[in-house]
Amino acid sequence: MNPLVNPVVEWIANNREMFYIVILMIFVGIEIIGRVPSVLHTPLMSGANAIHGVVIIGAIIVMGSAKSDDYFALTLGFLAVVLGTLNVVGGFVVTDRMLEMFKSKKKK
Amino acid sequence: MEENLNVLDSILTFVYLIASVTFIIGLKMLSHPETARKGNLIAAGGMTLAIFGTIFLYQNPLNNFERERLHNLPLIFLALVVGTVIGVLSARRVKMTAMPEMVSLFNGMGGACAALISILEFNHYLKSHFIQEVALPGDFSVIGQGELAVPYGKLAVIFLGLIIGSVSFAGSMIAWGKLNGKVKDYSFRGQHLVNLGMLAAIIGISVILLSTISSSFSTDAVSGELTNTANRVRIQAPLLKFVHFDTSVYVLFYALFFLSLAYGVLFVLPIGGADMPVVISLLNSFTGVAAACGGFLYDNKVMLTGGILVGAAGTLLTILMCRAMNRSLKNVLIGSFGGGAAVGAAAG
Repeated sequence: MNPLVNPVVEWIANNREMFYIVILMIFVGIEIIGRVPSVLHTPLMSGANAIHGVVIIGAIIVMGSAKSDDYFALTLGFLAVVLGTLNVVGGFVVTDRMLEMFKSKKKK
Repeated sequence: MEENLNVLDSILTFVYLIASVTFIIGLKMLSHPETARKGNLIAAGGMTLAIFGTIFLYQNPLNNFERERLHNLPLIFLALVVGTVIGVLSARRVKMTAMPEMVSLFNGMGGACAALISILEFNHYLKSHFIQEVALPGDFSVIGQGELAVPYGKLAVIFLGLIIGSVSFAGSMIAWGKLNGKVKDYSFRGQHLVNLGMLAAIIGISVILLSTISSSFSTDAVSGELTNTANRVRIQAPLLKFVHFDTSVYVLFYALFFLSLAYGVLFVLPIGGADMPVVISLLNSFTGVAAACGGFLYDNKVMLTGGILVGAAGTLLTILMCRAMNRSLKNVLIGSFGGGAAVGAAAG
């Protein structure tokens, strides 16, 4: 048997659930923003930007599993958590400010 | 004890499920004018839940039998506080007109975060691979007579996270600079050929790296000795000893990293400043995919759902934004090479 094919097939088989989620989420992602008014394009982009900040969870896991004498991992992990937090917090705050502006403009 | 651990796991699974649902509801509400602001808050709440759930409930699998909670909690909280303070201050102070460049900046931070995770996981993998595999009590025949199992899937996901994260980071920084007016449009003849070449090199290096790693593992079942030629590691049961780490694997890995960064820069540089929102939206969906790679790496459902959701919704949004400008995505991305003059003439 091809030595490369076997592990790949095995990996897919081991991650069946994950592949299901990927496929389903692609459809969900496309469906939920079907008809969005063009004024909302930038806030929606900003909101999505904040949501992909979930990557911070990976950073927390890396940081939390680093050995306390592994300074390379601790330094980069610390940096990763800070950057991830910036993405999440900054993303949500910026989106909120944009929508605030949008709302007041509409009322006037 | 065992039961206690499982309870934590089930609670965390439930927390992640709630967070995933809030992301979907949040995005859905964000696409309607009346509910947009509330949707943003709901997604933010779900994110907070997921972050604190991870900190307090996540358990690392040590091996097949034991698990342990996260440590370094004080440092994690310090990093969270630092990030929150900088994030809130910079997001509050920025002028309304500078919002898109802020989005680009924060998007770049997310991409950098994904790339850093990949770098750390790769280092961790090279150092700990043997311990994980050999932790089975002394008997090497358990592992197999041929090669040590190389986790191609895991390595591929690490590389993918690194590549996409770095491209997204470098591209976002350039987009940020362009909206700032600090970076000028720059293109040269045959740039898209150079870009294609770089993309091919990135894929090529990934494949070479995978095959280098896979061919460097070998088992000597007869003497109960494990050797890894790439790392020049020789293990004699039950003694685990690391002798020397070969540099070629690291060199290739960091070459991949820097090449991806350079690709991100060259990808965005020629695109005109007016098209930046579209590019930011595209890079936004890239970072989503990079986050989803992290989901595969840690078998983490909320990273996967959040990442893929943004990846899919972001791609569609990019297309919608292009359509709102009466242009095609292809036109925006390569317009500056051949069609740039024509578009400029039409606009002028």
